[in-house]
Amino acid sequence: MGKSFGNVRAVDDLTFTVEPGTVTGFLGPNGAGKTTTLRMLLGLVRPTSGSATFGGTRYQDLAHPLNTVGTALEASSFHPGRSARNHLRVYALAAGIRANRVDEVLAQVGIAQYADRRVGGYSLGMRQRLGLAFALLGDPGVLVLDEPVNGLDPEGIKWIRSFLKQLAAEGRTVLVSSHLLSEVQQSVDRVVIISRGSLVFEGGLDELESGPRVLADSPQRDALGSALRAAGGTVEAASAGLAVTGLSRERVGAIALDAGCALTLLSTEHSGIEKAFLELVGEGESL
Amino acid sequence: MNALAALRAEATKVLTVRMWWVLLIVLVGYVAFTSGLLALVFGGLGDKLSASGGNVPKIPEAALPPIIYSIASSIGYVFPVLFGTLATTAEFRHQTLTPTFLATPRRGVVLGAKFVTLAVVGAVYGVAALIASVGLGASILAATGHDAGLGHSDTWLLFARIVLAMAIWAVIGVGLGALIPSQVAAIVIVLAFTQFVEPILRLVSTFADWMASIGKFLPGAASDALVGSSIFTSLGASTGETQSLDWWSGGLVLLGYAVLAGTFGYFTSWRKDVT
Repeated sequence: MGKSFGNVRAVDDLTFTVEPGTVTGFLGPNGAGKTTTLRMLLGLVRPTSGSATFGGTRYQDLAHPLNTVGTALEASSFHPGRSARNHLRVYALAAGIRANRVDEVLAQVGIAQYADRRVGGYSLGMRQRLGLAFALLGDPGVLVLDEPVNGLDPEGIKWIRSFLKQLAAEGRTVLVSSHLLSEVQQSVDRVVIISRGSLVFEGGLDELESGPRVLADSPQRDALGSALRAAGGTVEAASAGLAVTGLSRERVGAIALDAGCALTLLSTEHSGIEKAFLELVGEGESL
Repeated sequence: MNALAALRAEATKVLTVRMWWVLLIVLVGYVAFTSGLLALVFGGLGDKLSASGGNVPKIPEAALPPIIYSIASSIGYVFPVLFGTLATTAEFRHQTLTPTFLATPRRGVVLGAKFVTLAVVGAVYGVAALIASVGLGASILAATGHDAGLGHSDTWLLFARIVLAMAIWAVIGVGLGALIPSQVAAIVIVLAFTQFVEPILRLVSTFADWMASIGKFLPGAASDALVGSSIFTSLGASTGETQSLDWWSGGLVLLGYAVLAGTFGYFTSWRKDVT
């Protein structure tokens, strides 16, 4: 899919597939085109080129859209003068969903006791939950969630993490967007990462990780470095000594012994996928 | 099935926010006050003044009840337009178009359901405004010794046409709301046009024949033509030139405005990207 707003290319030839039954993180810095992509997926924004389908059918052509795809988008789309229960009733009626489903989803997201209050008085966390209740209304197999963690307090974040896990355990396909990998890291199986409207990575979380580095140091740093290079390792200068990739910690220790270098430091460092993520999207851009 | 579901959803939208009855109360109060005052002036007071040789515009006895009753639409019509506009622009303002189009991706179906729902609301407003204008107006006319005209079938046809006009005005409001998604701008334009621009245009159009032949196509003039009676047309008749369409062509012109606003609204903002 591609989308231009005037001369601005918001999304550029983006192609990816979300596998059924997985939780996929849709990541990228703010302004990378995540929301535009999701809205194109849902028929709310018309792509300049390309198309998106759910199991081969465009969203607009789904016979029962809310029962197929549940959506919680970033924007808080509520009439402040309408109660949460009535808000959900409106869309349940429009989608032909039975009325008692409204109370079920309100209970599921934990705002049943505030259901008859006008949404205008809701906190951000309660609005996020109401958004999720709307997504669950049709008990859909696919969920599209745009920044569900945004603006939540720690308790809310904890809640949404367990909520995502529960959705995944039920075998639903979930596409969850975020500008922070750490927010969804614990919940996702796969990630799709975009930057400036283009795909930069698609695959499993483990593939994202660049592999562990071994940190080593010695008073004879240069001698250690050449010995490690001779053994096939890649050696870089790190803040505290040498960062070695391509060799295990045990090998580094053995090579140091052979070279007669006394080690003052030997440890494994997991560089972390967060770092790999930041490198992919361009450091400093992510907020 | 899909259209019926959309209709029920739109009706629920209207009924679950306080706006509809707040505006209804103001409409009833406004119409009751104006028609009551008019009945007093032209009924009770007018008789006394003309008896003592005062200078009052003379209105034929039979024309008096329709003028008073049609206050319901000749003054009250701004309420259904306003409500239709508010109901539609609220969807843009509160971004409820997102869940609406997610539940009903066929946007034309949604707009159609809104037209029908608001037409019903407009008709209900019409009935309520009539209860106000007829309730107070007829009582005062009867009390001052005039014929309230409630026994004539013409009067009841007038009521039916008032309800129809109010329904069409609400649909025009929906079209305007889709055409001008900014709620503040839409309200300002509706109020400025109905309360200020159009009355002046209609007054000016009585100055010359050729202007009157254009002026009768103004929405308010078409509405008054559809209803068949209005305080504005009656006052115009006593001051200068006035032309009016037949009731049915007035209705068609008014409906034309609704179709025009709705169609343009659909093709401009309604089909646009929802961001």
